[in-house]
Amino acid sequence: MKRFLRAAWQWIDDRVGFTDNVLPLLTHTVPRDARWWYVFGSATLTAFLVQVVSGVCLAMSYVPGGDEAYQSLVYITEQAPFGSILRGMHAYGASAMVTLVVIHLAQVYLHGTYKFPREMNWMTGVVLLFVVLGMAFTGQLLRWDANGVWSVMVATEMAARAPLIGPLLSEFLLGGETVGGSTLTRFFVYHVFIMPGVIFAGVGLHLYLLFRHGVSEMPNVDQPVDPATYKAQYEARLKATGVPFWPNAMWRDVVFSTFVVAMIFGAAVVFGPPSLDAAPDPASIDANPMPDWYFWWYFALLSLLPSAFEIWFILGVPILGFLALFCLPLLSNRGHRAPSKRPWAVGIVIASVASFLVLTVYGYREPWSPDFSVSKLPPEVVGATAGPVYEGAQLVHAKGCLYCHAIEGFGGHRGPDLSNIGRQLTREDLIIRINNGGYNMPSYAASVNSEQLTQIVDFLLTRGARDEQEKESR
Amino acid sequence: MNERQNEGSQTENVSDRRSFYVRLSLIASSVLMALMVLPGAGFILAPLLKKPLQKWRTVGKAKDFETGATVLVQFEDPSQEPWAGVTAKTAAWLRKVDASQFIAFSVNCRHLGCPVRWIEDATLFMCPCHGGVYYSDGTVAGGPPPEALARYQVRVRGENVQIRTAAVPLTTTPLTPNL
Repeated sequence: MKRFLRAAWQWIDDRVGFTDNVLPLLTHTVPRDARWWYVFGSATLTAFLVQVVSGVCLAMSYVPGGDEAYQSLVYITEQAPFGSILRGMHAYGASAMVTLVVIHLAQVYLHGTYKFPREMNWMTGVVLLFVVLGMAFTGQLLRWDANGVWSVMVATEMAARAPLIGPLLSEFLLGGETVGGSTLTRFFVYHVFIMPGVIFAGVGLHLYLLFRHGVSEMPNVDQPVDPATYKAQYEARLKATGVPFWPNAMWRDVVFSTFVVAMIFGAAVVFGPPSLDAAPDPASIDANPMPDWYFWWYFALLSLLPSAFEIWFILGVPILGFLALFCLPLLSNRGHRAPSKRPWAVGIVIASVASFLVLTVYGYREPWSPDFSVSKLPPEVVGATAGPVYEGAQLVHAKGCLYCHAIEGFGGHRGPDLSNIGRQLTREDLIIRINNGGYNMPSYAASVNSEQLTQIVDFLLTRGARDEQEKESR
Repeated sequence: MNERQNEGSQTENVSDRRSFYVRLSLIASSVLMALMVLPGAGFILAPLLKKPLQKWRTVGKAKDFETGATVLVQFEDPSQEPWAGVTAKTAAWLRKVDASQFIAFSVNCRHLGCPVRWIEDATLFMCPCHGGVYYSDGTVAGGPPPEALARYQVRVRGENVQIRTAAVPLTTTPLTPNL
């Protein structure tokens, strides 16, 4: 039996050429110091494989039709055997892939690995990064719940801002003039056929370039990159101290990838897939479209910017961001790779991570959004159960003031906190402000009568008065 | 001498034949690519060139709407895909001005298209996404929207109120910026 299997393998190997062509790739020499820093690229590829496997399985039940997609997702999540785990793995796999590809990019940038002769490795990686982000965005839309439908609308409006081709681009994305039958099918095709095709091709090219130029060494302050001598020096060092990729270096990739898949699987089992929003209905206005977490920073950026800059950021961040990253090795492909010699690179990474974290927190909190769910102020906050102050408190809720202004922790955060407004503005100031409006605040002259205005002002003047009384009593 | 000439002409023949093969292959590849791609491109892009389809949709009887009140009405886009189902639906904020006159506002915020809500007591439209606010006539009251709420055409036919369907109101970039 053993002899038969060996003969069979020899026959296959002879025809396929595994030993001649594939084995040398697996066992090619890599630098000895290529340790845990280098596991993020292979882990990204593993996360992509998780997406392919779970995505293919999900596609067997998912119906990419405007009317039935939501029902098929409800079926997958609630009834199909292992459906919940698979949807969870696909969702957490997407998060893992986006996270890992960004970490991989940051590591390659910090180590200056994009320099000669690996410029094209970096450039293909940048294209792959943007396609991965495209996959993440289109995947969110395929959830096709209320959030998904309205996110399509937002994407369409953003595309419409492109000069000249904006309207055509929007119509192309929607598959028509409005959200309809062709919208979801188009996004399904981008997500399932076009972008994965680009990723497969891009990963193939990325890996080919990896084998062509070899795995880079850890940066060394004594080894700045000089294109004239780099290749010969690299080959000489590799010959002297290199180790075979399989198994000396690859075991770390395998161990880390196993950890990543275990985390994805564990999260899917423990937390389950992200819950579906309400059923899709472009006629329902009770929606608050929100991107998935990896885009909260961009959501926050667009919300915090003055409107005059908005157009530049809607189009500029993706286009200029891509161009800046893509062209980086064309602008600087020689010199030091060591982070200690590249303080600007370290600073850029730290600033980017800090900005991402701060903007992500803002994106989660959405302080610029009115809080429509705010309830009436409790009696202990109002401080009266009848009379003009009480009536004013009721009006502050009914007229929507609390959607944007908080009073002692109750209300939205779009406008200034009114907890102490009674100590900050006079009666006259308040009347002028409410009647005329102000920065981002509408004029209420047409929507409150003079009695209501007096009651609202009476109430607002009591805000902060309690603190004043407490101070005086002390 | 003759042999050399023969060799030379043979080499030329081979070279001519090779360049002919190259040209033939390039032309044939171009033709087969065009035959593959053109129908697909036409299939995908043709809808962009089609004249927009607009239809009048009845949203209720005029007598059933209260004068001055702003209410949400739902109707169907003139979608041609039978599988569109619920996604063919859309909505408008409809207000009865008098017995024969109605105003219909699009529910899409002019900032980034999110659904605006009518806050009855404040007589304002408010957007949940980035805090866009509009007065009752649709003009911008605050926040980032660059333009007033879009309006649908409305008519009263017999006793029915009808809204004319329209494309999603897109806010585009003017080629000459307003300074």
